[in-house]
Amino acid sequence: MAGSITTNNLSASFGDIRAVEGISIEIPANKVTALIGPSGCGKSTFLRCLNRMHELVPGAHASGEVIWDGKNIYAPEMDATAVRRGIGMVFQKPNPFPLMSVADNVSAGLRLAGVRKNKAAMEEIIERSLRMAALWDEVKNKLGKPGGSLSGGQQQRLCIARALAVEPDVILMDEPCSALDPASTQKIEDTIEELKSDYTIVIVTHNMQQAARVSDFTGFLLTRESGEPGRLVEHGTTSKIFTMPDRKETENYITGRFG
Amino acid sequence: MKMKTLAQDNLHHRRRQAVSRLAYLLCALSAVIAMVPLILILAYVVFKGIGALNIDFLTRLPAPVGETGGGMGNAIIGSLMLIGIAAAFGLPLGVLAGVFLAEYRSPRLSWVVRLLSDILSGVPSIIVGVFVYTVLVLTMKRFSALAGGVALAVLMLPTVARTTEEMLRMVPDALREASLALGIPRWRTIVSIVIKTAGGGILTGIMLALARIAGETAPLLFTALSSRTWPRGLDQPVASLPVQIYTYAISPYKDWHQQAWAGSLVLVLMVLILSVGSKLYFGRKIKPAR
Amino acid sequence: MMSLVAQLRGKLAVKAKPARGKLGDPVFSGLVFLAAFSIIILMALMVYKLAQVAMPSIREFGLGFISSSEWDPVKEVFGAEPFIYGTIVSSLLALIMAVPLSLGIAIFLSQFAPRWLQSPLGFVVELLAAIPSVVYGLWGIFVLAPFLGRTVEPFLSDHLGFIPIFAGPVYGVGLFAASVVLAIMILPTISAISRESMRNAPREQKEAAQALGATPWETVRIAVLPLARPGIIGAVILGLGRALGETMAVTMLIGNRPEISASIFAPAYSIASVIANEFAEVTAGLHMAALVELALILLVITLLLNLLARLLVQKTGSRALRKGGR
Repeated sequence: MAGSITTNNLSASFGDIRAVEGISIEIPANKVTALIGPSGCGKSTFLRCLNRMHELVPGAHASGEVIWDGKNIYAPEMDATAVRRGIGMVFQKPNPFPLMSVADNVSAGLRLAGVRKNKAAMEEIIERSLRMAALWDEVKNKLGKPGGSLSGGQQQRLCIARALAVEPDVILMDEPCSALDPASTQKIEDTIEELKSDYTIVIVTHNMQQAARVSDFTGFLLTRESGEPGRLVEHGTTSKIFTMPDRKETENYITGRFG
Repeated sequence: MKMKTLAQDNLHHRRRQAVSRLAYLLCALSAVIAMVPLILILAYVVFKGIGALNIDFLTRLPAPVGETGGGMGNAIIGSLMLIGIAAAFGLPLGVLAGVFLAEYRSPRLSWVVRLLSDILSGVPSIIVGVFVYTVLVLTMKRFSALAGGVALAVLMLPTVARTTEEMLRMVPDALREASLALGIPRWRTIVSIVIKTAGGGILTGIMLALARIAGETAPLLFTALSSRTWPRGLDQPVASLPVQIYTYAISPYKDWHQQAWAGSLVLVLMVLILSVGSKLYFGRKIKPAR
Repeated sequence: MMSLVAQLRGKLAVKAKPARGKLGDPVFSGLVFLAAFSIIILMALMVYKLAQVAMPSIREFGLGFISSSEWDPVKEVFGAEPFIYGTIVSSLLALIMAVPLSLGIAIFLSQFAPRWLQSPLGFVVELLAAIPSVVYGLWGIFVLAPFLGRTVEPFLSDHLGFIPIFAGPVYGVGLFAASVVLAIMILPTISAISRESMRNAPREQKEAAQALGATPWETVRIAVLPLARPGIIGAVILGLGRALGETMAVTMLIGNRPEISASIFAPAYSIASVIANEFAEVTAGLHMAALVELALILLVITLLLNLLARLLVQKTGSRALRKGGR
């Protein structure tokens, strides 16, 4: 059973500019939650607050609470590194480590965080992670090849495998398919479907069909006016948001009408 | 009337074209002129040096004054030793300072460090020699290989720091994020992901820095001094190829002049192999790293 | 029914825990900051130490140090005028020769040369910077100076001898020979940095000029040179800084005589050369203090020139600065 995440009044800014404000949302365990909204609404920023990646940008700051597994990840005694090990992330553009082989990419998280395992155990983890990411059959004969030699879609699944190998609880996906062709997108979506029984997944997407296809719950973020921070307009089960949203803005967005 | 204007225009146009062609020619000529001294120097070093270059020259101690023969074996070893000491101090400091400039975003301090390191690279090398003399030679009360090596380390520090910075900046942020998102600590991310990815470029910078200090003479004159024996320890004066070439060049002996040319040939080869080699290596290596 | 993932996951070994403490990050950051500070400390210490050791001489001679021309270690009287004169004149002569050539090269390489020629030619010019100073000196003594003394200098002396700077006997070795070698040595510095500034000229500007029917040279004059000007000035200043501090080649060629003559063919002396020649033999006392004061003067001048140049070149965003550094 994976953990759930609850945010309380979460705000994030870059320097003096507020990107998102006052977001309180419950992200249930072992479900896929999609975050949708027009570009610039702060959905990626919000996502990056969930595993403390946001604070890596110079001048960036977050306030409010993110409760994961009963603990506020922004509490002073929490270690950002430990948080990121428990809450993994897959990025918009596939970013395998270019000088490492496929196998080394998968095991990088464990090796570089100082986890010592014998060779057999490590190989087992590599195989399992690649199987979970539905990549094993395609790469089992080229584990020694550089990660950059795979196709774009394979690279992204390699990145998923890499995230899975450190045994996270939650996986955050920031537009994981936006750089991929439709066939690869299909494969990633299938993988997400497979993974959700064991992980809590949060996916940011600008593609509403994708949100409708893969997610159980959906949150809709919106910036009311340019220059304003993004806010959570509403969230609920995906079927409700896409069929009978409470809010007019959501309905406009879903049906393709802005404003 | 109209015809005349046209003719004038035409003349004007032709004059402009001629000026342009002349400027082109002068610029091209400058490039040709610049190559003349390079070719001459290399040719002289090769032809005058090769005559005196033999196994004895590379492996023997200098002959006593007045006798012919002997070699610069001790100076070659001495130079390698000095470069080694310089690298031992200069490389870690330089690479870490480069990491600071590229990876630690504290704008004001970075600005100061960057500016000072650029300025340090413009300080004449003989001044660095005087500086190390006042700090090390005066306190140790002796000329030493250590002092010479430290002087060279100061000279290579800014080059290594700035090239390291530049190479680290070429590593895409996506890789840093990928690593940090896996829960890999920051220092590990920098060492195992960022520095490793930029490795080829950093190595090039290091080789260029080594090439530059290999030929330095002025800072060694009163730090490492010179010696006519094999190196005897870190706290003893040591011979070096550039200083030996200088001493022999301004001496009155024909035989020593010969050896100065041979020494120059060895030195130029060393320097060129380091700098040209690194350049070729870099050109090949940088592409797959994106 | 259990999913494949669940089955696989169930079998996974112990949950990974961080095996190492949290010491890595603070220790590494500490080292990194230490290294960065070392550069600041080094520069500060350099100025401080030189000033400290030079203090007896500064106290003894005051400003007279710069304007007096007597340099006598036996009588312990020290005046730097001939050295300052030789340093400045040799460097300025070198600039006069090197700047037009370097700019020609920079324009050719960045604007006119066909693409396939650009990088090999640039590489060849950079090689000039790779040759050690002592090798320039060796070549200068045995090849260049005799050649100048046989041909160029007598020619200039015969035809332009009525101008004092070309008058007088020719020796080969002297201010002029030192300047020629200096010019060759600073050529790569100036050309590399100005070339980089010229390259940064926006293409739109060039196209605009071309669209007006400008010839290639006019395009360079209108659209390239004005924007590159701060970078070019910075390059020239850096070249000057390098020439002022150049030691070995100058020491071997300038003649090492502390005199101020009207003729550029006469022997002279420079700050760096007198330090190179006398410093290793000096024991202590006023003589050392005077030599270190010379070093301090040279240091302060080059620091200021470099500061000025860096600030100027920062405007055109040149990356070649470090390459042409020393």
